[in-house]
Amino acid sequence: MTASSDVGYHAQRQARWHYGEVAFWLIVLGCGFLFPSRYLIMTDILRLALFTMSLDLILGYAGIVSLGHAAFFGVGAYAAGLLALHGIITEPVLALVVAGLAAMVLGFATSFLVIRGVDLTRLMVTLGIALLLEALAERFSNITGGTDGLQGIEMQPIFGEIPFDMFGKTGFFYSLAVLFLLFLFARRVVHSPFGLSLRAIKNNPLRAAAIGIPVNRRLIAIYTLAAFYAGIAGALFTQTTAIASLDVFAFERSADLMLVLVIGGTGYLYGGLIGAVIFRMLQEFFSTITPQYWQFWIGLVLVVIVLVGRQRLHRWVLYVPNLVIKQVMGRKAVVAVPESDS
Amino acid sequence: MTAILTNLFDGVAYGMLLFVLACGLAVTLGLMNFVNLAHGAFAMAGGYVCMVLVNRMGWPFFAALPLAFVSSAAIGILLERTLYRHLYARSHLDQVLFTIGLTFMSVAAVDYIQGSSRVFINLPAALQGQFDVFGVGIGRYRLMIIVICGLLTIGLQMVLAKTRFGSRLRAAVDDPRAASGLGINVPQVFAFTFAFGCGLAGLGGALSAEILGLDPYFPLKFMIYFLIVVTVGGSSSITGPFLASLLLGIGDVAGKYYVPKMGPFVIYTMMIVILIWRPNGLFGRTAAR
Repeated sequence: MTASSDVGYHAQRQARWHYGEVAFWLIVLGCGFLFPSRYLIMTDILRLALFTMSLDLILGYAGIVSLGHAAFFGVGAYAAGLLALHGIITEPVLALVVAGLAAMVLGFATSFLVIRGVDLTRLMVTLGIALLLEALAERFSNITGGTDGLQGIEMQPIFGEIPFDMFGKTGFFYSLAVLFLLFLFARRVVHSPFGLSLRAIKNNPLRAAAIGIPVNRRLIAIYTLAAFYAGIAGALFTQTTAIASLDVFAFERSADLMLVLVIGGTGYLYGGLIGAVIFRMLQEFFSTITPQYWQFWIGLVLVVIVLVGRQRLHRWVLYVPNLVIKQVMGRKAVVAVPESDS
Repeated sequence: MTAILTNLFDGVAYGMLLFVLACGLAVTLGLMNFVNLAHGAFAMAGGYVCMVLVNRMGWPFFAALPLAFVSSAAIGILLERTLYRHLYARSHLDQVLFTIGLTFMSVAAVDYIQGSSRVFINLPAALQGQFDVFGVGIGRYRLMIIVICGLLTIGLQMVLAKTRFGSRLRAAVDDPRAASGLGINVPQVFAFTFAFGCGLAGLGGALSAEILGLDPYFPLKFMIYFLIVVTVGGSSSITGPFLASLLLGIGDVAGKYYVPKMGPFVIYTMMIVILIWRPNGLFGRTAAR
């Protein structure tokens, strides 16, 4: 067997659907029918999961540290809000795509700034872009509504058939469908040769360039794609809550996003989904104990995660599932420890 | 004309203040290559210590300032020895996450202890008001800031350039391995420098309560300013961050005065442009470290 076909064989094995994955999505769908009184919070989790998946694409797979990912979320949110408010595109799905494309254009334009320099410069530039957009949104308050935000957004029925209801049922299944479709696409992307080349770049850009991977072009492509995902997440936010305000650009949103991804684990697509669930549950739990100071506990979780070490933590978490799989199925663990990122 | 000069004066005072606040970060971020987003938390700690001493216990303002320095430095060295030390060798992502976590904790803790509203420090009468020099309004408080911060800057430069500790620090930064080979206790030098930087931030926090405003969200609000000072100023000497803070201070004050609504916009655009143009900072070394 030649080396290249060997690589292809393993890559294809990796890309196959596991039973666990099918079960995961069935459970998510089942939640929609089991807890009809919890649509709002579940929709929130789905949105966050999509947003986190977007960060995972650039941080977990390509190794770009970003502190300003909320910029794209905000652009998507405002685009969707403005489209609906002024009746430019009233059909939600089409508006969603257009809002995503708006964020994507911004992502493409700023990617040239981001791929330059090292980690620290990237941090500063991404943070700066998000702050810049926040300042702009505040400046042009006649368009964005300033600190009050966009108000009076009325969503039209999806495809002109399915209206949004007040319990958020439509919103939930709509968000779930969008998340699943985008997940399928992301899964295809990260298992493609393109996705593998991104990992090579993350591990060592110099070596990646030496074996003929066009490093900068790949980074621009994935950054643009991630911006599209974040824009969609922002647009979903506006469409399901019917509000868009300045805090979509806030630094806390970008910082929380990192926490979500780190809780779930970087470098595998389910990290964002699992992280979103755990983060929201933690947040609910902490706000019931101390309504005003939940941020303290969130901060503590971050500090502890870093001090314990993310990889060690994931090994602990995955220890029991892997043990069960080993005992029951009698084969080596299938739930893999996510790749390191340094 | 006089308005321009008054603005310039205010800008210089503001810039000097930013320098004292951020120069500790210049060492940790620029020299030790540790991304410390929690630097503002140390400044806030100093500010609140000063506020409690002056307002609640009736200490004179000038006696409380050194204590603001000492308390922040003490917190700094405690955290450095127990937590930060383990993270020097970690990835930037870990450092960012860790320090964001610390920032969140400090914000919520101060909110819990002191409440979320803005606090003021009672100033002695001698520092209030302003006087005119050839028609240019000079605030007494701002003048004091310029004097204190100016003396500090000169002192820092002297310590770095002339003393034995200064040369040890420069050696430890240039090449930690060679420095420890020569018998310099590198971790100790770093720990001391870190604590000193935190102390300076605490002093800056106490001084800035009047000008920047002190509330629990201080670390988040001014984080970007500190980062700008360090990244734009570069890390080869303290002159770079000093000039960068003056530029930022004057630019920010002028921006708020002449184009009130575009103020932050101008600052962020400038920062991005400078970082793209010279990723190592305006006054930084040309070769990447």
